[in-house]
Amino acid sequence: MSTDAPHVKGGIGQSILRKEDARLIRGKGNFVDDVKLPGMLYLDITRSPYAHAKITAIRTDKALKVPGVLAVITGKDLEAAGLAWMPTLMSDKQMVLPTDTVMYQAQEVAAVVADSRYAAADGAAAVEVDYEPLPVVTNPFKALEPGAPVIRTDRAEKSNHIWHWETGDKAGTDAALDGSAVRVTQDLYIPRIHVSSMETCGCVANMDPVSGRFTIWMTTQAPHAIRTVYALVTGLPEQNIRVISPDIGGGFGGKVPVYPGYVLASVASIKTGHPVKWIEDRSENLQADSFARDYHIHAEIGATQDGHVTALRVKTLADHGYTDAAANPSKFPAGLFHIITGSYPFAKAFVEVDAAYTNKPPGGIAYRCSFRVTEAVYTIERMMDLLAHKLNIDPAELRLKNFIPPEAFPFRSALGWTYDSGNYAGALRKAMEIIDYAGLRREQEAKRAKGELMGIGISSFTEIVGAGPSQTFDILGIKMFDSAEVRIHPTGKVIARFGTKSQGQGHETTYAQILAEELGLPADDIRVEEGDTDTAPYGLGTYASRSTPTAGAAASMAARKIREKARVIAAHLLEVSPDDVEWKDYAFRVKGVPGKSKTMAEVAFAAYTNHPKGTEAGLEATDYYDPPNMTYPFGSYICVVDIDKETGQVSVRRFVAVDDCGTIINPMIVDGQIHGGLTMGFAPALLEEIQYDEDGNIHGGTFMDYLVPTAVETPNWETAKTVTPSPHHPIGAKGVGESATVGAPPAIANAVMDALRPYGVDHIDIPLHPWKVWQALHGGGKSA
Amino acid sequence: MAATARPVTPAASLTTAGGTTTKIHITVNGELYSAEVEPRTLLVYFLREVLGLTGTHVGCDTTNCGACTVHLDGRPVKSCTVLAVQANGRQVRTVEGLEVGGKLSPVQQAFYEEHGLQCGFCTPGMMMTATALLARNPNPSDAEVRDAIRGNLCRCTGYVNIVKAIKAAGKKMQEPPAGGGGA
Repeated sequence: MSTDAPHVKGGIGQSILRKEDARLIRGKGNFVDDVKLPGMLYLDITRSPYAHAKITAIRTDKALKVPGVLAVITGKDLEAAGLAWMPTLMSDKQMVLPTDTVMYQAQEVAAVVADSRYAAADGAAAVEVDYEPLPVVTNPFKALEPGAPVIRTDRAEKSNHIWHWETGDKAGTDAALDGSAVRVTQDLYIPRIHVSSMETCGCVANMDPVSGRFTIWMTTQAPHAIRTVYALVTGLPEQNIRVISPDIGGGFGGKVPVYPGYVLASVASIKTGHPVKWIEDRSENLQADSFARDYHIHAEIGATQDGHVTALRVKTLADHGYTDAAANPSKFPAGLFHIITGSYPFAKAFVEVDAAYTNKPPGGIAYRCSFRVTEAVYTIERMMDLLAHKLNIDPAELRLKNFIPPEAFPFRSALGWTYDSGNYAGALRKAMEIIDYAGLRREQEAKRAKGELMGIGISSFTEIVGAGPSQTFDILGIKMFDSAEVRIHPTGKVIARFGTKSQGQGHETTYAQILAEELGLPADDIRVEEGDTDTAPYGLGTYASRSTPTAGAAASMAARKIREKARVIAAHLLEVSPDDVEWKDYAFRVKGVPGKSKTMAEVAFAAYTNHPKGTEAGLEATDYYDPPNMTYPFGSYICVVDIDKETGQVSVRRFVAVDDCGTIINPMIVDGQIHGGLTMGFAPALLEEIQYDEDGNIHGGTFMDYLVPTAVETPNWETAKTVTPSPHHPIGAKGVGESATVGAPPAIANAVMDALRPYGVDHIDIPLHPWKVWQALHGGGKSA
Repeated sequence: MAATARPVTPAASLTTAGGTTTKIHITVNGELYSAEVEPRTLLVYFLREVLGLTGTHVGCDTTNCGACTVHLDGRPVKSCTVLAVQANGRQVRTVEGLEVGGKLSPVQQAFYEEHGLQCGFCTPGMMMTATALLARNPNPSDAEVRDAIRGNLCRCTGYVNIVKAIKAAGKKMQEPPAGGGGA
């Protein structure tokens, strides 16, 4: 495109600066803890020191004597109101407060309401609880053994087994593996990790006893869904519920669930008639809010002697903690784990997952990924490397030999997904060129000769994001469409509202860019709002990289509806038939008559001052977009590590990420999303893990022990792009926020195993802490 | 510094009925305030809830994350680990004090231009640390920047653009003043 090609200021493809930054760099954001209402009370929570115990007594008298304390809420109080338990998204139930048994350490046991933040904390410390410890199970394999203590005695099934799920051709896969010349089997554990958004969770709940109006400012990624859940659970009329999700300090999936604290603050406000604020501490956030991963995977891959993949069989045990509170679409208890055939044309595949209860808080949220895609990508990309080593083929060569070719799209995978578009070899070749793959291999050879440890790791991932088509995707029965409502004012300025909710992704900027492109109006003139259920159209929220694929598409479609009406008004102004008017180069033009045109701003003014007979006044449209398919972003990452032989310390020397998210709306923002995603992929590969001892005590319950990467160890990411548009999205865009979190861990793990290959090490489970690497180096053979 | 202290009422959210209080005088962003506070009141809650300066955030309870970083007599401190009474008679500067005369500071401007923030929660603390770094070393290397902000966690940006922004701000501060302009 030449530089003088027609364009609109702030349209698609431009790195415009972010609209949201004006307030955030001045300290003028409005986060939930910044909300202050007259007469507001504070709520704090007493938590269990035991992972499994009977509660024999709760004494609240001392707490009630603490100056400033107004009320203490226990499970018995909630039971009377039918609120001691609440439903999860996965047809299970979870406790708001226990009536008799606690099932994980740091579980909420009582809530204290006071007139100050400090008094509420004093009160929570003064609640006395007697416990009778029960046997603890933290290992899901042990939880399923006969005779294991049953955690959920409230269920009819007297077992810790939650469900079994499987997909694919079992017999065909078994036969294909049996017939494969080469087979590789590996156990992989993807440990429990925590999203740790910098802002913890919290809310301000405000029941107006006179009007019956209930308003809640809440750290939620899905305000509309929350409103409906509240209406269904509490019986409050939905028109009287207003959920406001103000500025959100990061979400990553951790702000999708309904936590007990939200419900307790709501109950406290209803009970006291005052607004009630609950803000959790970091330690509470790390110890009790939902976790991600915790998948024990057994994988087997087959191939021909010349390295063509044949079949994939995966058996997984999922540790869900004490309840299945996963944040998945209803039909997918294991999320989209069956994207596990990845970038390769397996003829046969079979995946099964069993879920178990343990004495841990709920697992199964995203950690910046689309419903278990990270688990899938880690598995297939590790298996491809293991296969390459077994065949003694270079891992890049093995991938290039096997990739689904560009001409095969749309491609139907062995497990039933229809990939929309891809050019996998294009991305990998680009990454290899940028990093000088051949040169690195030569360097590695020289270093190996000197006994130095250097590794090169590749990950060529395929994601599945943008849930989703309504025939397949719903949450509690609500279809996973999303929405845009666009209104052009008489002066040609726009307000647009969406059913999604940014937590840092920059929607106020990127949605405005989509609308600028579609409407021919500068992005500066377009105001974007989200997060207030009283004003925004209904939508399912922001997670799983779904905002651009769904609400972004809705923006385009709503704008195109506006253009249809605007064309009629433009024809009226131009005194020609609407059939003679076309939308071209950001204006309505009379076909074949250069220079005869009307801008959208001119048409907008006429829509309110001079609209033609037979049309309604005004210029606005709403679109509820039901995507015809998921989008399938992809990329290839190459990581170079050096390992200190004496300490086992891994350092990432270079990391090149080539991403393809289809059409790029704002290159600056896309790069920012990749940088952040890579860091959240780096973290579980090398640092982060939540562990429990056999008594169910959490290790890693504060930022002293849970190692969120700092600037010092985080590599300087190198990024590049290829562009393969989605054929079904209105502007060809795919989601991008999570690609890097998904793609990075296997690239790093593959690099480390590549470095350790001369020592006969096949696999070490992440995170690759120095001690594990050191042990593998010194133990030889398989390890950890 | 203002000549007379502006008395501020201790916020209801921070006082315990019957608790003992201490009178403090603190200069915040150039303005002198006096207040009766409980000795246990943390500086961050004094700033947020008494003075209403909510730009300073609380991100953890172990002094790891740095979201609450402010300047105390010009040095960056984590205000979740400083008592308000420890700031008595001293100068505090918060994110709200970075902008002078309606003009963004070079650090704020650079964070904006280099996409050095996403959700914006860690940003105020990050910018306070960066401002203090550049005051003593206006031309830091990548490694020096990364070391300086090691006590400020960011979950969104992967730090790349934060490092870029801080270096760009340092460069800008060394340029001769152009006069006018600014965002």
